[in-house]
Amino acid sequence: MNEVQKLKFYQKGTLTVGNRLVDEDKRNVQASLDRSNSLTSGHRACQGCGEALGARYAIDAAMRACDSRLIAVNATGCLEVFTTPYPETSWQIPWMHSLFGNAAAVATGVAAAMRVLGKSQTRVVAQGGDGGTTDIGFGCLSGMFERNDDVLYICYDNEGYMNTGVQRSSATPPAARTATTPAVGSAPGNVFGTGKFAPKIAVAHDIPYVATASVADLHDLEAKVLKAMTFRGARYIQINVPCPLGWGAASHDTIRLARLAIETGLFPIFEAESGYVTNVRKIRRPTPVFEYLKLQKRFAHIVRGGPEDPGVRGLQAIADRHIRDYGLLEAEA
Amino acid sequence: MFQQIEGSKAMARAIALCRPQVVCAYPITPQTHIVEGLGELIRTGELQNSEFINVESEFAALSVAIGASAAGARAYTATASQGLLFMAEAVYNASGLGLPIVMTLGNRAIGAPINIWNDHSDAMAMSESGWIQLFAETNQEAADLHVFAFRLAEELSVPTMVCVDGFILTHAVERIDIPEQATVDAFLPPFEPMQCLDPDDPISIGAMVGPDAFTEVRYLEYHKQHAALGLIERLATEFQRLFGRQAGGLLRTYEAADAEILVVAMGSINGTIKDAIDEMRADGMAIGLVTLVAFRPFPGDALRQVLARATDVVVIDRAIDVGMGGPLASDIAIAMRGLPAPPAMHSAIVGLGGRPVPKASLIRLFRQAAIQPWEGPHFLDLNERVVGHELHRRRTTRRVGPAAEGILKELEKERVARLAEEAQ
Repeated sequence: MNEVQKLKFYQKGTLTVGNRLVDEDKRNVQASLDRSNSLTSGHRACQGCGEALGARYAIDAAMRACDSRLIAVNATGCLEVFTTPYPETSWQIPWMHSLFGNAAAVATGVAAAMRVLGKSQTRVVAQGGDGGTTDIGFGCLSGMFERNDDVLYICYDNEGYMNTGVQRSSATPPAARTATTPAVGSAPGNVFGTGKFAPKIAVAHDIPYVATASVADLHDLEAKVLKAMTFRGARYIQINVPCPLGWGAASHDTIRLARLAIETGLFPIFEAESGYVTNVRKIRRPTPVFEYLKLQKRFAHIVRGGPEDPGVRGLQAIADRHIRDYGLLEAEA
Repeated sequence: MFQQIEGSKAMARAIALCRPQVVCAYPITPQTHIVEGLGELIRTGELQNSEFINVESEFAALSVAIGASAAGARAYTATASQGLLFMAEAVYNASGLGLPIVMTLGNRAIGAPINIWNDHSDAMAMSESGWIQLFAETNQEAADLHVFAFRLAEELSVPTMVCVDGFILTHAVERIDIPEQATVDAFLPPFEPMQCLDPDDPISIGAMVGPDAFTEVRYLEYHKQHAALGLIERLATEFQRLFGRQAGGLLRTYEAADAEILVVAMGSINGTIKDAIDEMRADGMAIGLVTLVAFRPFPGDALRQVLARATDVVVIDRAIDVGMGGPLASDIAIAMRGLPAPPAMHSAIVGLGGRPVPKASLIRLFRQAAIQPWEGPHFLDLNERVVGHELHRRRTTRRVGPAAEGILKELEKERVARLAEEAQ
């Protein structure tokens, strides 16, 4: 950006910097005529699907970074199902699905093949949802990390098993209603004190690059994928992708929800290199989590109790902890 | 070149001659020495252009092989027992995708009770997975079958399992002829995949298939296995011509031409059976052997032809389908169905969890088949007193505890009583 444009130009009502207002070389991959369109139109994702949006931006950016020499491995899940009902496929790149829990290992195999066949310029990306990543695929993921295999793993985190009909995963937030954590009883919804934040565990593997990203900031998402592709070895990006169906939200609120997840502190956006956090995306004014929760039916049972509901307070405490732990608050001028 | 060498090391050398490009290793007894051997050959540079990957589980081992194979590399892994079951989902996936991975199975019992010794329960558990399964009788054949397996797997694009008896073969030191690289190269051309992840020709592999096409996809798999029956025979002839010895093939016979009693068995036990047959032949018994090399695809027609001439068939199973009986016996019963005068079939369950199978026990078994046949599966050398005691205990006590503990306690009592008797 040139000197005059230190000012940020946001698109109305969003934090997205308008493409037309930045220099051409700063415009995003998606805005360019020569984008690869790796995940092309015609697929069967729901209206407002965060995962479809995240995947399109992420894979096109990865394609840009490796001169279109990319192979993708996909875990079982929504992304696999809605993109490839044979004989149709939305993937314009070599793409493979094997099983639910082995995407990271299959990607390791592809990367090994590229090395041994002397095609190391061809890069490998593995992708899956949070269930395929943080639960059933976690063993393979951790193995791929610790061996530092040359794979970029992208987790599209929609906080539950949406493909099988909205069940709880280890990425489901507490209090959320899912088919396996019903909103009944004295502690309705998912249990407080459970779950895991996989990016933190990825950082603990000391791999070259870990980042979180969001479909609310697609410039940042693309920048992180492009940056991840500059490293060799194991890399991990977890993208927060709201799911209108699973979250009980309006399709037009996908971006708004993703933005609120950032601004409340519930989904911290950061980067880490070789075990150390190197960058966090600051929040100017934290939004109370109630503003985020009230747009989603999965939290209706706690929203009903108002901002002082124990469930709401519990989630606020989680957001506050993220803000503290990751230093998310922008220093007052 | 002949070498005095451990079976596993010989297999590692033979596999290395096949130039596998990705080798996935996870330790499980008794196959571990094979991947250790390969690891060493790669580290020392004897095997070049090969990636050795230490994975975190058997599930990952085969998954890495799946990725490598789909990306156009010749992929190899090895496992046994619990490891095979842990990768079961990937076993079916590899065959469903038609990826020509070769895997050694160091045959070992499946727990519980946990047991590291040899039987065929692991191979039997995956017999319906769509993999070709070949059983080695000797360590020479174990080494040779790997060369055979890569050629077979890649020609049809079907994954192939080389089944070798744990410890009996894997850990035995024998004189083995390690083939020459040039001969292996003449038999096994470089891997030319039928499908490949390639940025210059992007395809989607492994997508969802509904009821409209699933049957047809499975039929093609069935068809490929069927085609393998003929190919296995052709490749066996070619192997014989190039290497000057037999390996592979569907089945082999021993003293079968005039035999009234035919024994059918797979794996290393065939050696002991041949010794038993020699002894019984000397006593004037018309007994012979059919050694099954290919268990999947099952050579039903070839077996039928051989078995049709016999009056009695004794099927040796080194595994038990608990609710059914001997798995090989079940398959052979189907193969003999419809014969005008089918031989009487006698099923024997032998050598479970490493139980030694002495020649004397086999001779007793074969004689009994001829003169006093039994119903259902016969458990060779079953300790009937101990089993009887445990069954009685179960009729009278609810909380009997673990079965294995009950049996072992009773065996210990037996041992103490025997010692006391000897001391008197």
